[in-house]
Amino acid sequence: MYTQALDSPVPEDGRASPAGQAALERRFDERIERDEKIEPKDWMPEAYRQTLIRQISQHAHSEIVGMLPEGNWITRAPSLRRKAVLIAKVQDEGGHGMYLYSAAETLGVARAELIEQLLDGRAKYSSIFNYPTLTWADVGAIGWLVDGAAIMNQIPICRCSYGPYARAMVRICKEESFHQRQGFEIMLTLARGTAAQRAMAQDALDRWWWPSVMMFGPSDAASTHTAQSMRWRIKRFTNDELRQKFIDVTVPQAEFLGLRIPDPDLRWDEATQHYLTGPIDWSEFKAVLKGDGPCNQERLQARRAAHEAGSWVREAAAAYAAKHGGRGPRARSAASFASREEAP
Amino acid sequence: MSEDWPLFEVFIRARSGLEHKHVGSLHAADARMAIEHARDVYTRRQEGVSLWVVRSSDIVASDPEEAEALFEPARDKVYRHPTFYAIPDEVKNL
Repeated sequence: MYTQALDSPVPEDGRASPAGQAALERRFDERIERDEKIEPKDWMPEAYRQTLIRQISQHAHSEIVGMLPEGNWITRAPSLRRKAVLIAKVQDEGGHGMYLYSAAETLGVARAELIEQLLDGRAKYSSIFNYPTLTWADVGAIGWLVDGAAIMNQIPICRCSYGPYARAMVRICKEESFHQRQGFEIMLTLARGTAAQRAMAQDALDRWWWPSVMMFGPSDAASTHTAQSMRWRIKRFTNDELRQKFIDVTVPQAEFLGLRIPDPDLRWDEATQHYLTGPIDWSEFKAVLKGDGPCNQERLQARRAAHEAGSWVREAAAAYAAKHGGRGPRARSAASFASREEAP
Repeated sequence: MSEDWPLFEVFIRARSGLEHKHVGSLHAADARMAIEHARDVYTRRQEGVSLWVVRSSDIVASDPEEAEALFEPARDKVYRHPTFYAIPDEVKNL
């Protein structure tokens, strides 16, 4: 997460002659081929930069909007322990958004611009967060399934060719594991509870299963970005490969819980050693992504309201900083420590 | 579009005895707020005992285009490493 605000800007595409441009591209491709990391100030093709800005910012927006469905249950968590855990988890999601915005900014886009794209509806975020959290079991299902799918998706990105994105993802994956385990623990508690609690857990699985399976994005045949992203080593596995991995690990977990996956066609295939599912209803995925999901309006309104309600705080802080020379009260210089401790 | 607060780079000392290490960046109105945000964003799991923040615009970095000129000259100076020197096995403590 080094920053774009370092002294010299990355050279623009087109600065070099056509021959020079071709040479730069060849050298870039060779670096990718050798599995070298690309860092912010290194030359990169404009399309690589734009692809990363799109993907990382969508990822960041998903973390930020992802705080809303679970935040809905903080005040109604069934115990103090559950409440403390849920607050910590939602705070993590906010932190993950911050790491990712920082990584996106290294590519030369301003954070304010990214936030604006989210708030005015131009930017996409994961369609899963446009579903409502109707019961407490939904909090369990989100941790177990949604965070489980996110982990499956994110672990390969730890090896992404773009250094700042890969580093952000390492940090996120370390933290995400607790999210999934706390979700499964909620499901397990409900599954071992009363008949009403078991029904609540089953209902949550029924509603969250298919949206979670669709989180990996369109099937390979319909995915527009996969091939190029794989060549650039931004992606390491296709959407369908990751989806299959997720299904294969999750089905036995559902069995352990004694819950039924809502797919009558689901079966173990001995030949391929994979679970095979019934057809996925992609029309629903497309509708939700387009803005017609159950909560799209509500989510964006909540983000806009938060942004607007916080504007006086941002203005006051900026005015205060201007008055005090940007240092803030009681902020001590580290320079003297640095020279004392680390000079040869 | 509203203006972003200045960008700060964040460095954490994981525990006493170790150097501060770059972990990421964040926006803050001033240095004090940058410390407070760094604490929330980068140390939720006891990642450190000390924080530095520095305005990103104050960092001067080497140019990747000059990496060869800067770092290549060290490549053929293997004699700067102890393994360059052949010493008979029977010589001890060397």
